[in-house]
Amino acid sequence: MIYSTLGYYSLIFGLIVSLPIFFFSIINFKNERILDNKIVSFSFIQLFLVVISFMGLVFSFVYSDFSNETVFNNSHSTKPLFYKISGTWGNHEGSLLLWLVVLTLFIFLFLIGSKGLLKKYRILTVLFHQIIIIGFFIFLIKFSSPFNFIFPTPYEGMGLNPILQDPALAIHPPILYLGYVGSSIIFSSVLAATTLNYISKNWAAHIKNWVLISWVFLTLGILLGSIWAYYELGWGGFWFWDPVENVSLMPWLALTTLLHCILILEKRSILSSWVIILSIATFTLSMCGTFLVRSGILNSVHTFANDPERGLFILTFLFILVLISLIVFFTFHKSENQNPNSFFLISKETSILINNWFMMYFLSVVLIGTLYPIFLDVISSQKISVGPPFYHKLIVPFLIPFLIFMAIGPQLKWIKAELQNKIHLVVIFIISLLISFLIFKNLEINFLVNTVLVGSAFYLFFITIRDFFLKKPNNIQQNIAHFGFSLLILSILFNNIFSSELITNLKVGESFKNDRFEIIFNNLKKSKEKNYISFKGNFSIRENEIKDELEPELRVYNQPNIITSEADIKTTFFMDKFITMNSVQNEEYFNIRYQVKPFMLWIWISVLLISLGGLISLFKKKV
Amino acid sequence: MKNRIVYYLLVIFFVFVFVIFYRGLNNSNLYTPNTNIKIVPEFTSETLLKKKSVDSKDIFNKEDYYLLNIWASWCIPCKDEHPFLVNLGNSKKIEIIGLNYKDNLNNAEKFINELGNPYSTILLDRDGTKAIEWGAFGVPETFLIYKNKIIKRYIGPLNSNLVNEINNYIK
Repeated sequence: MIYSTLGYYSLIFGLIVSLPIFFFSIINFKNERILDNKIVSFSFIQLFLVVISFMGLVFSFVYSDFSNETVFNNSHSTKPLFYKISGTWGNHEGSLLLWLVVLTLFIFLFLIGSKGLLKKYRILTVLFHQIIIIGFFIFLIKFSSPFNFIFPTPYEGMGLNPILQDPALAIHPPILYLGYVGSSIIFSSVLAATTLNYISKNWAAHIKNWVLISWVFLTLGILLGSIWAYYELGWGGFWFWDPVENVSLMPWLALTTLLHCILILEKRSILSSWVIILSIATFTLSMCGTFLVRSGILNSVHTFANDPERGLFILTFLFILVLISLIVFFTFHKSENQNPNSFFLISKETSILINNWFMMYFLSVVLIGTLYPIFLDVISSQKISVGPPFYHKLIVPFLIPFLIFMAIGPQLKWIKAELQNKIHLVVIFIISLLISFLIFKNLEINFLVNTVLVGSAFYLFFITIRDFFLKKPNNIQQNIAHFGFSLLILSILFNNIFSSELITNLKVGESFKNDRFEIIFNNLKKSKEKNYISFKGNFSIRENEIKDELEPELRVYNQPNIITSEADIKTTFFMDKFITMNSVQNEEYFNIRYQVKPFMLWIWISVLLISLGGLISLFKKKV
Repeated sequence: MKNRIVYYLLVIFFVFVFVIFYRGLNNSNLYTPNTNIKIVPEFTSETLLKKKSVDSKDIFNKEDYYLLNIWASWCIPCKDEHPFLVNLGNSKKIEIIGLNYKDNLNNAEKFINELGNPYSTILLDRDGTKAIEWGAFGVPETFLIYKNKIIKRYIGPLNSNLVNEINNYIK
């Protein structure tokens, strides 16, 4: 009770603190030469109040204070402490509060970390950022307060959806939010810089850090979600082109493109329009994601609440921000006087630019695939859902040139490169195609596309490996990230092509055999855990004289009363063995799904490598 | 000048998107497939065993009774009803079309080889979308078709009573 009250009032005081920040910023902007420390202090006070409010909610969860509506709806007294805490952001209200925490944290860090820069630019960034912060404050207090009281106080809560009670998913939202919200700093800063015509090499070097931070967190956040989906949802896949996965992928694509544009801007002072538009797009897409997820306009595993009023607020707020950025862009931005000779056909920036266009293409495919069903539904009342085949058909062929340019680009110089001494590029390409040809020669699959695609992925793979040995390590971050990407594409392709699966129904004691596997259902153990009853099956699986024991599990949770299926996965260096079981209604049979998925581990490792590239780049600067 | 046009176009575009989203908010996003389908839906499908693609118009082309049976090798009630289908098929009074639902092809072939094949054609529905077009609830489900119209549907496994009912129709 006391924690909720505390949380609620600090939230309101936090909003009030925005007033002095606005006041001092405007005075300071006009009159003085150095930045007023009051702005920094008040930003800190705002951060402090929001953190207090957040802790208030966390403690309400920890002490299972069911007089708080959010706690009542999402927690239960028998839940383990860890999931009580993670339940704080496992729901609509709490996750928005977390979003606000990160917003205020980042602007405070921005103020501290931008000391050497133009005063007017810093103040203007704070002002633009305050607009976003105020929007979220109002949304939280008015439309989705996490501190609503229920009277009389219920004895017990409704519980957290069991599939969310998972370590990976407990940290997935905060990490992802750091990525999403990081893009808000980029957004405010780019608006400020455009207004003051401050987009320069200097600015690029400074904003690059923020781009890297949000990019690394966004990448890791997506990775965590993916890993969770892989072992928890029991389908054995890691990416389903679910609308909510797509809305995290879209900012990632925009942010990745932005990162490369910033590099060009830093080196050559060109592409400033790209940088501005992409910065705006990244944040808009993040917000759009929030809108799509939180309003319930989409059907997805992530949809929490279906409340049109909330959706309307986010929608209006989103479009106000879009309008502000359009006005700023068209009023203040002067396109750079480009020297017509500044772009040469064979240069690093040209290859980056080409791949930027490819990225924009991928982005539009995902955007259309995600939004088209909504448009169609509104205009013609037809319900369709866009599935993986759409994305695969439109994206996969274009990965071929994309991978090739990604391999060649870093081999070229800035401004203008020569084509002499580049014979190794051709030789490696032929070798890669040959290897891929040998792999696919005896397989009955779509031969041409797969060979060329895997060939180009190998091409990037070999070229980056070669660079590790032959080049000076001054560009190691780029090399690691690109190497990781080639590894990712290769693992995904091999995983897709060489996966095998077996579905059957078995009773305890029965076995199933086909020409490749033999599965024996040994026994079923029942045990009682803190908030669920567990049924653990024991299976022996034999394949080519290799014997494995796997133990998938069914959990019957007490509150809410839901059955979940926990996969048992045996991970080895080259393949995952993945088994799930599900009860068949009113039968003593269990539906058993056994999958062998090669290179699963490498998908995760390669994404980690990609983020490692970003991390190295972030920390190298400071040394 | 050019900038200004782009600006207005963008504003109009975003207003359009706003309106669409706004309308979308008030729509329910729960999709309930139509289960009351009276006319045979049109589709093309791969087939099991013969490995070729067929069109729905070529299957239900005669002015006669047809039975469409949705089944899967993993579906246990399907095993129970299968002998009835085999008997019906042997009687040659009616053409039975199978729709293999979300199945592993090897298992499906094995099922047919072990228990007999009453079907003149077995259509494949690997992702379950064709069954939705038929308005089916699940497996097994059987549709009695006459002159391209669905005149009777049996949800769940067939039994001797239902088979007698079918026999009465096709006499």
